[in-house]
Amino acid sequence: MLKGFFRDKMAFFFAVIFPLMFLVLFGGIFTDDGASKADIIQIGPVSVLDDPPAATKAYIGESLDVTKSSDEEDAIDQVRKGDADAVISQKGDELVVRFSRADQVKAATVQGTVQAIVQAANIESTGQAPRYSVTTDQVEDDSLEAIQYYTPGLMGWAIASGATFGAATNLVVWRRNGLLRRLRLAPIPTRSVVLARVAVSMAIALVQAAIFLGVGIALFGLKLTGSWPMIIPLLVCGTLAFMAIGLLAGAVAKSEEAAVGIANFAVLPMAFLSGSFFPLDGAPGYVTAISKVLPLKHLNDGMLDTMVRGEGPSAALVPMGILLAFAIVITAIASRLFRWDD
Amino acid sequence: MGVEIRAEGLVMTYGDLRAVDGVTFTVAPGEFFGLLGPNGAGKTTTLEMIEGLRKPTAGTVRIGDHEPSRREPALLRRMGVQLQSSSFFERLTAREQLDTFGALYGVAAGRTDEMLEQVGLVDKAAVRTEDLSGGQKQRLSIACALIHDPEVVFLDEPTAALDPQARRNLWDVLRTINHSGRTVVLTTHYMDEAEALCDRVAIMDSGRILELDTPAALVRGLDAPVRISLAPGTLSVQDARAVAGDDPVDDAESSLTITTRDPSRVLTALAQRDALDGLSVKGASLEDVFLELTGREYRA
Repeated sequence: MLKGFFRDKMAFFFAVIFPLMFLVLFGGIFTDDGASKADIIQIGPVSVLDDPPAATKAYIGESLDVTKSSDEEDAIDQVRKGDADAVISQKGDELVVRFSRADQVKAATVQGTVQAIVQAANIESTGQAPRYSVTTDQVEDDSLEAIQYYTPGLMGWAIASGATFGAATNLVVWRRNGLLRRLRLAPIPTRSVVLARVAVSMAIALVQAAIFLGVGIALFGLKLTGSWPMIIPLLVCGTLAFMAIGLLAGAVAKSEEAAVGIANFAVLPMAFLSGSFFPLDGAPGYVTAISKVLPLKHLNDGMLDTMVRGEGPSAALVPMGILLAFAIVITAIASRLFRWDD
Repeated sequence: MGVEIRAEGLVMTYGDLRAVDGVTFTVAPGEFFGLLGPNGAGKTTTLEMIEGLRKPTAGTVRIGDHEPSRREPALLRRMGVQLQSSSFFERLTAREQLDTFGALYGVAAGRTDEMLEQVGLVDKAAVRTEDLSGGQKQRLSIACALIHDPEVVFLDEPTAALDPQARRNLWDVLRTINHSGRTVVLTTHYMDEAEALCDRVAIMDSGRILELDTPAALVRGLDAPVRISLAPGTLSVQDARAVAGDDPVDDAESSLTITTRDPSRVLTALAQRDALDGLSVKGASLEDVFLELTGREYRA
């Protein structure tokens, strides 16, 4: 059966390569974690930019990309088109910043930055040392980049799809071609057949995880923390839960197409609602409430905690328990709907 | 080797439909037994009840001392089944397929080569089952049924959907199956197949057995006349009428046919006239038996 899976190029593509493409894509988009610099056009001399106070020199270099121009009309036009983020000019002691509302984030960045520079210049002009200072520090390790969030989420999605689709189509195909009935007439107990299929799904899930981690570490600088080996028992429980969903889909569906449709219907919305593609921190309360009853949410959380948040092995126990309970309930429903033949 | 099969009063109803309506027969150990009938006659349902895949609405089945619907491993190990569809694991080669089924029955790996040899698939061992022809698939499927050297074998329409050439090739394989004294039960809707392979045939229609006997006895019991056809030009119509006596003579363009219940008299007379060149003699077949029993043309 395992041989059969690796020979099915389509199945291999959708279970491993397809989610991996997302990993590469997300990994590429979010490699630069800091906000990109704001492009501003400077018209004429602007004293705080031309001769910045010592304290703000480095800061300006970090957050602003300044080009000089003498054509104010053209510069404003560029901002309007979105080619530049702001136009800055000086009239006497007054700094004029013109921006477009189209990109509010950039506009805010530019305003904040210019305000800060002006404040610093004001303080310096008084000749006094600043009394307060700010030190910022990320709570996570310095290396915590986007890839650290996306790898567990996408991996969860890949494993959920693999297990669900595998179990669903397998069941339908075997029922349709009569192999289920044939196996029923073989002198082996039904549970051996089921266990063999579970073993195949587990093997596939572990291969998926190994490839994901390999690519993440090799190409995008993924760093595993603390008790990351706990993802193995997590994956085992997750595979059971999603195979159960697949079995349910396979038991209900009459054709392979229907099985794939039902599996898709279950897995794809779940992937969105469980934060596989983007974090749910900003989502409304009811979305988080829904996500709590979804098994993928718990699989993702468990993997995030142990793989990248550096939590101890015990962080995986609650998600594992929830996944197992889910697997048992859904399997019980699926076995009631199960048929040996059409 | 060889097990007796007894089916008594088998009934299977689906709602109002009585798919099988009181079927009783016994298959002797080592016998090649055929269930013959058109599609929808209830052959497959009957076979599935005997195999234990379906529980009869009424009636009993015994294979040896076992009741098949209990799926006792002791019986399942002695039973070989080939289901109507080609039920294979996806994307495995012929050899791997046999190895897998062998593993299910706990047989040694050496059996695979033996079976490939027996069904003539040695050179296809490394080909995936999806890429085999219809006939090759059926042969592999029969090999899978025989992998554990069962004492009783069930074959459900093994030659359905095969072209005539592939069908005859398969017959050669099927004939060897009960050489070692296996009991074989075969369903088919081909009359010639039942005649060629089976020791005894049960003719089924609408869920009942109409007649059960050896193919030869069924045909004899019909007491149908023999048709003797002469190539055109070997004998004039007048001479033919003289030879035929009271028997009817049919003068068609392609041949001259005498229909008689006394073929030896007619053939002797034809020999005396040296008119045996291009002659063909056709006795009654199971087709005629079916026609006689149901009053309608046999259509598979």
